[in-house]
Amino acid sequence: MTSIPNPAPSRLGQLLRQIGSTAVTLFVTFVGLLMVTFFISNIIPVDPVISILGERASEAQMEEARERLGLNQPLWTQFGIYVNNTLHGDLGTSIRTREPVLQEVMQRFPATLELATLATILGVLFGVPAGVIAATKPGSFFDQFVRLVGLMGYSMPIFWLGLMGLLLFYGHLGWVGGPGRLDAVYQMSLDFELTQYTGMIMVDTALNGRWDMFANAFSHIILPASLLAYISMAYISRMTRSFMMNELGQEYITTARVKGMPERRVIWVHALKNVMVPLITVIALSYAYLLEGAVLTETIFAWPGLGSYITDALMVADMPAVLGGTVVVGAAYIGLNMLSDLLYRLVDPRART
Amino acid sequence: MLLQPTLRRVGAVAIAALMLGAAPAALFAETPADTLVIASAIDDIVSLDPHEAYEFSGLDYVNNTYDGLVEINPVTLELEPGLAESWSVAEDGLTYTFKMKPGLTFSSGNPVRAEDAAYSLQRAVKLNKTPAFILNQFGWTADTVDAMVTGAGDTLTIKVDKPYAPTFLYNILTAGVSSIVDAETVKAHDVGGDMGNEWLKSNSAGTGAYVLKSFKPNEGYVLEARPGYWRGDAKIPKIFMQHIPEAATERLQLEKGDIDVARTLTPVDVAGMAGNADVVIQEDVGGQVYYLAFNQKNENYKNQKFLEAMRWAIDYQGMADTVMKGAAVVHENFLPSGYLGAVDDNPYHLDIEKAKALLAESGIKDPKVTLSVRNAADRMDVAQSIQNTFGQAGITVELNVGEGAEQLKEYRARQHDATLQTWGPDYPDPNTNSSTFAENPDNSDEAKNTGYLAWRNTYDPGALTAMSQAAVLEQDPAKRIEMYAELQQQIRDTSPFIVMFQQARETGVRANVKGFYTGGAVDAVAYWLATK
Repeated sequence: MTSIPNPAPSRLGQLLRQIGSTAVTLFVTFVGLLMVTFFISNIIPVDPVISILGERASEAQMEEARERLGLNQPLWTQFGIYVNNTLHGDLGTSIRTREPVLQEVMQRFPATLELATLATILGVLFGVPAGVIAATKPGSFFDQFVRLVGLMGYSMPIFWLGLMGLLLFYGHLGWVGGPGRLDAVYQMSLDFELTQYTGMIMVDTALNGRWDMFANAFSHIILPASLLAYISMAYISRMTRSFMMNELGQEYITTARVKGMPERRVIWVHALKNVMVPLITVIALSYAYLLEGAVLTETIFAWPGLGSYITDALMVADMPAVLGGTVVVGAAYIGLNMLSDLLYRLVDPRART
Repeated sequence: MLLQPTLRRVGAVAIAALMLGAAPAALFAETPADTLVIASAIDDIVSLDPHEAYEFSGLDYVNNTYDGLVEINPVTLELEPGLAESWSVAEDGLTYTFKMKPGLTFSSGNPVRAEDAAYSLQRAVKLNKTPAFILNQFGWTADTVDAMVTGAGDTLTIKVDKPYAPTFLYNILTAGVSSIVDAETVKAHDVGGDMGNEWLKSNSAGTGAYVLKSFKPNEGYVLEARPGYWRGDAKIPKIFMQHIPEAATERLQLEKGDIDVARTLTPVDVAGMAGNADVVIQEDVGGQVYYLAFNQKNENYKNQKFLEAMRWAIDYQGMADTVMKGAAVVHENFLPSGYLGAVDDNPYHLDIEKAKALLAESGIKDPKVTLSVRNAADRMDVAQSIQNTFGQAGITVELNVGEGAEQLKEYRARQHDATLQTWGPDYPDPNTNSSTFAENPDNSDEAKNTGYLAWRNTYDPGALTAMSQAAVLEQDPAKRIEMYAELQQQIRDTSPFIVMFQQARETGVRANVKGFYTGGAVDAVAYWLATK
């Protein structure tokens, strides 16, 4: 008998190597992100000093401000300082409000996170089953219906959809709350009556046991979340359908069917389980898209999130704020990618070794 | 069977989600009776410190939480005593004495003293934030202001470096930067010599009708009335200002009754609400003027006949009735209506034949104008109308469309040919516009006098510079008004500026809201008179 080599050291080594390479990839991606955002913001022919000092400032005052903000230094020096500060958690100071960008972004991020999370949950809840059913009955009425709904979700401008949604569900039917995260009466008292643990109003109200406020918050979030969910559902259902179609043509499915396994089990357990792997990436991407892409929705619904923060900052050439917001979104994107990588390993045994 | 329960669960959650979405309908309330809920775009706010605030939304806030020595009556828009009950000016015109109103208190309970007034004006100068230049005009600098503005007991003494027109000082004392703060409270919150600047970003320390309860940038602020306001207690105990940037959204909320006042409606929204009995549209003017400016580096723009031809080739009324409907009214003089000395004559109107004749007289053949215009819908509409009517008169217009900040840079560097711009006054005195349209002390490129619109257009106003400088020193109020009339007429008829419109505002209020005054061209909004 030859001894079987103990697999432990090599597996540990492999894990370490994996973590190491992921960390390096992460770091490089992150610095690349910083570089792209920084240099793009420097190509834009907008003079931030005019937006700070106003139209009437003299050349001398403007020169003084440029000096103070370090805008006179060579670009690479500015970039070096920027990367160093960012890695130390300092995203700079907003030119417009003169508050630390990190603090402002952290105030706005929970609103976006809350909206994107609910939207993604709804999108998955409806999108995955729709895609699965469509795949099992290709060409059927249901399949055509899902295709049509998906196509509309892709192609209809969210701006229009949002306004129409507000007009119908808020304006005419009165089923949902209006723009903003709460009714005025709750919004006003938010800071005084609620301990804010997370900044996500539905979570905070639940933790405080303020169910009246919770219901009000829900009535406000449900419409924008549903709209975003619709778009994400369109994407998820299309992708689920094509993954499933591919999977259902595989030999192991035929084998399972031949063995007499109930069709439902074949589809919802065997096939779906294998589809989960690419699907996780799709869901993570769609989630990340909502974290950054809800700008117009946030504007229409007066949702004080990160998207509207970045847009507002962009309008007045407040570049530290734009960069800070972008970096946080980018970091969330990278984080989600990593998370989906991790989930792969849990779902797909092949990825574990 | 594993699947059915899963499916059933998914279905149940889905249905629950749908039901919940519909359920809270019953919870909706009208706006609370004790609160005026206002929607506006308030992302322009930089700071709530009255000596730093310099944007429309910031000054609206300051007007309701602070007062000045002299105030503007929100209804009549006339000057009236504020925290000072009376004042006098010495013979030489260099020293003013203000007597403080007795018995007034700040929201902290501290009494209002002449020391507070002196501290406030000194603070505004020493903080040296954007609006400080308004006070610098009196010769007040960080070094001199302590000696020039002094207070003791009930008497405040103000010295100025030149014998200015007294109305110049009084008008400036109504501006936000001249607000009186509670010196003791502010000093107690000094951090690292910032004179309480950081603290005042989220607290108020004034005599106004309201005190600040909370503020979140780009979200909104809450004000609470304080009892015993010297102009009479506020009628509505709370103000909730909500940042709603999207006009269509504001309109929807106003129609639903979720807000009481909508301040950034577009003409389209206003037209859409025409038949709604629950909503009233209030019309008012603002302080901005819309103007065309022609850079005299191009010799054509020194030709008076050509300039006049262009003045007759603009469809002022047509644009005011269509593309600018509700957002502007025809106004051809550089002082906005409502300002001391403002002239409301609008002699020019569209007359293509006259324009053609003048163009022929000018001797300029096939003139071409490159008009810089920012890529906003209303600006583009105006520019295209001008392009059209100029074309009819035989003047070719090429549009140079670009981003606002980019065009401003080009304008300040004298690189434009012609440009469509707006100008908003900095403080409620005619000197604010006169000094920029009619003065240019040094027309050379090297001077870089970018603060003067005349300089930006390489325009030497000749004798007008001296006249405008004299007007701000004129002691006789009637004479002062005459001088500004003359200046406006000269600029209107001879300069390379064509002022076309004054900004108009349409505020949507619920029908039960009364007494919401927006302050016209000279002042900010007054919340304390509103009822509902």
